[in-house]
Amino acid sequence: MNSIILGAAARFVVALMLTFSIYLLIRGHNAPGGGFVGGLVAAAALFLHAIANDVAATRKMLRVDPHVIAALGIAVAIAAGLIAAFASEPFLTGFWMFPGGLPLGTPLMFDAGVYLAVVGAVTTLVFALEEDA
Amino acid sequence: MSKLCAPRPLPAARRPAVATADTAVGVGRHPAGWLFVAVSLAAATAAAAAIPDVSGGRIFRVAVAWVPSLGIELSFLLDGLSLLMTLLVTGIGALVGLYSLDYMRGHAGAGRFFVYLILFQASMLGLVLADNVITLFVFWELTTVASFLLIGFDHASETARRNAWQALLITAAGGLALLAGLILLAGAGGSWELSALTKAGAAVREHPHYGAILALVLIGAFTKSAQVPFHFWLPNAMAAPTPISAYLHSATMVKAGIYLLARTHPVLSGTPEWIWTLTVVGAATALWASLMALRQTDLKLALAYTTVMALGTLTMFLGSEASVALAAAITFLLVHALYKCALFLVVGCIAREAGTRDTEQLGGLARAMPITAVAAAAAALSMAGFPPFLGFIGKELKYEGALAVASEPVFVAAAAVAANALMVAVAGIVAVRPFFARGGALVRRPHEPPLAMWLSPLILAVLGLILGLVPPVVANGLIQPAVSAVQGAPESVKLALWHGINVPLMLSVLTIVIGLGLYISHRRMRAALSVLVARLPMSGDRSYDRVKDGVLWLAERQTRILQTGSLRRYLKVIFTVAALSVGGTLVAKDAARWPADWPGVPMHELGVLVLIAGGALLPILTASRLVAICGIGVVGSGVALIFLFYGAPDVAITQLLVEVLFLVIIAVILLKLPRFVGATHPGRGGRASDGAVAVATGAAIAAVLLAVLDAPMSDDLSRFYAAASVPDAYGRNIVNVILVDFRALDTLGEIIVVTAAALGVYSLLKLRTQRRDG
Repeated sequence: MNSIILGAAARFVVALMLTFSIYLLIRGHNAPGGGFVGGLVAAAALFLHAIANDVAATRKMLRVDPHVIAALGIAVAIAAGLIAAFASEPFLTGFWMFPGGLPLGTPLMFDAGVYLAVVGAVTTLVFALEEDA
Repeated sequence: MSKLCAPRPLPAARRPAVATADTAVGVGRHPAGWLFVAVSLAAATAAAAAIPDVSGGRIFRVAVAWVPSLGIELSFLLDGLSLLMTLLVTGIGALVGLYSLDYMRGHAGAGRFFVYLILFQASMLGLVLADNVITLFVFWELTTVASFLLIGFDHASETARRNAWQALLITAAGGLALLAGLILLAGAGGSWELSALTKAGAAVREHPHYGAILALVLIGAFTKSAQVPFHFWLPNAMAAPTPISAYLHSATMVKAGIYLLARTHPVLSGTPEWIWTLTVVGAATALWASLMALRQTDLKLALAYTTVMALGTLTMFLGSEASVALAAAITFLLVHALYKCALFLVVGCIAREAGTRDTEQLGGLARAMPITAVAAAAAALSMAGFPPFLGFIGKELKYEGALAVASEPVFVAAAAVAANALMVAVAGIVAVRPFFARGGALVRRPHEPPLAMWLSPLILAVLGLILGLVPPVVANGLIQPAVSAVQGAPESVKLALWHGINVPLMLSVLTIVIGLGLYISHRRMRAALSVLVARLPMSGDRSYDRVKDGVLWLAERQTRILQTGSLRRYLKVIFTVAALSVGGTLVAKDAARWPADWPGVPMHELGVLVLIAGGALLPILTASRLVAICGIGVVGSGVALIFLFYGAPDVAITQLLVEVLFLVIIAVILLKLPRFVGATHPGRGGRASDGAVAVATGAAIAAVLLAVLDAPMSDDLSRFYAAASVPDAYGRNIVNVILVDFRALDTLGEIIVVTAAALGVYSLLKLRTQRRDG
């Protein structure tokens, strides 16, 4: 789409939305949010970028193919589950540590995997439809 | 079957590339083959070393936990029966492997061949050694898969592929029946271990499920061991290379069914159902197959039918309770493995050297291939049951066993004599005619085959002679422990070459006289049989094709009716069925209720409800796609609002975002779709019927929800999560804690599904684009 207003607005809004999506991901464990919602917001942001410019530009910005992102997300989620194996616990058992009171746990890593998988899958879908013309 | 008995030239691919007698060692022999021979030999030696212990009554058992929560172990047992089978599988495996080194020399698929062979041998070993019934079943199906690969080895050939499929479908279907039977058996006997089930025989036989267990286990055994009416796949399996046929037929796959009958004998045998089914099916198989064997002019097919005949005889004898009959079965199992493997390997030599397997064209090979001729003659004498070969002992024992059968000795003895007489004739046709008869119209001059190809059959044939000369050793070392295992109690077995002049000996003489008569008149018999077979209304092979065609026909019909390719139609069918089944069930069960304590609907919620209803109406009323999509967006947003009202902000956010993305995606698609006219446009009537379906579905679901509200609800689950989420998972957002911690495995599955779906759509679209571009 060739719109100056949209192009100018998109520059700010896309950045804002991506930041917001990370915020949603991180706060998800204690307040509304999480990897799924965050991933959807990020996908919406990328799609907005693609509408304002074009899909090729968004692909260039991403550097990685969306379906690689999706696969990476699944790999991260599985890796988060496999960490439990080091302690001989069942797959996906949660592990936490609190460096300086900051709660970090494998559930967050798992959620990040969900985030990446959702971004990758939705973007793959949308870009494929957009390019199919 | 008519096309199978026609003499056919050997396909070039199956013929070894080098036909001259190059005996140089080490050229073109595949390393995987050497590995196979070495491993088989080592295993056979280890098994042989266990003979003294096992014949002394010792039983070895090892078990590894596999699925402990279900009581399923990876357990293995070595008793007399499994020891005998192990010796056959590994010993014959080593010889077949040795033979194949030269048979497959220079063949491009030699590596694949030996890998399949190794896989097959390992599965077969697992099967005969398994103690746990689930372990047994897993290896059982592995042998099916491996034999599929082996029969279809020559995968460029249509026949090989078809016959491999046939063997797979029939034996795998039987395997599924067997699985059900084994599970029932374990339930009735109270254990997953065969060794424990052996002692629970009485309980199983009196169990109400006994009939079902017996039927299912027998279907498994009969399909695997090619009993009537499942016999036809085995001769068709001759599409495999000759060493494979030798291995499958002599020692392994087809004996698996017999092994199963022997293994379950202590548990299931003794009832009239067991005795009659096994006796009648076994006798029918033996007689039919030996007649069919007489009919063949292809050596390999004739041998294949005699295998079916042997399997029938074994089944018949395992039906009996008498220990002499069981000893006869076990002895014949050993005899048959030795001579059948030797003869198959000999046929491989003949085909390679003479270029044909047609008895009518063969003759006088003994001068050109003297060593092979000796091996063939020795194996054939054992097959025909001449003294002092092991086959003679086996045959005498068969007659003794037949006469000892309590319920129908005359029938069993008559069937045994008839089948054996036919075997004498077939032995003559297969092993005597090609070598010693005059004539033969050969296109090339045969030579002695390379060393490994004559050595293996010779060893097997000579073993048949040596073992026949030392009957007490065979009896004590191999037969007696195996019979004890089949009997479920220690049993003493005596084998001897000379029993004195008694009824079995008379029957033997009678057999040989009839057999020689059949051999002399076999050409006339063959003609008569051809007429007979041509008049038969149905054969197993043709029935198989009919059933297969029927299934395909049904599949095509239902596809044409159900899968029209119109998305609207799919959705309409799905939702109509959903509405009818849900609504119908509510009405039929008289379960529709209005909640007793109806809280009423507050004003603001009513407003949202009206908004949703309005949005839902739009797609029905409008003819514009864009308007319809917007209407659906209104519905989604309204639902998100309701989630928010009921304290589920997480779900509401997700719902809203999904709604937005959905709208955007649809809008993108809309821009690209052709105008909504013509056949794709539902029209006024179409929209009305869509609306009716939608209203019906909505009404049915609403009725269910109202009925649910009427039932008392338990909030145990929410209270558990509310209480556990902070201490156990350090999270205050219950929804997220459930998603990433308590039920993370579900989430993992879902993101995999989402990604797979996206990739599916992606590749479909790309495929279309490429096709359009190309």
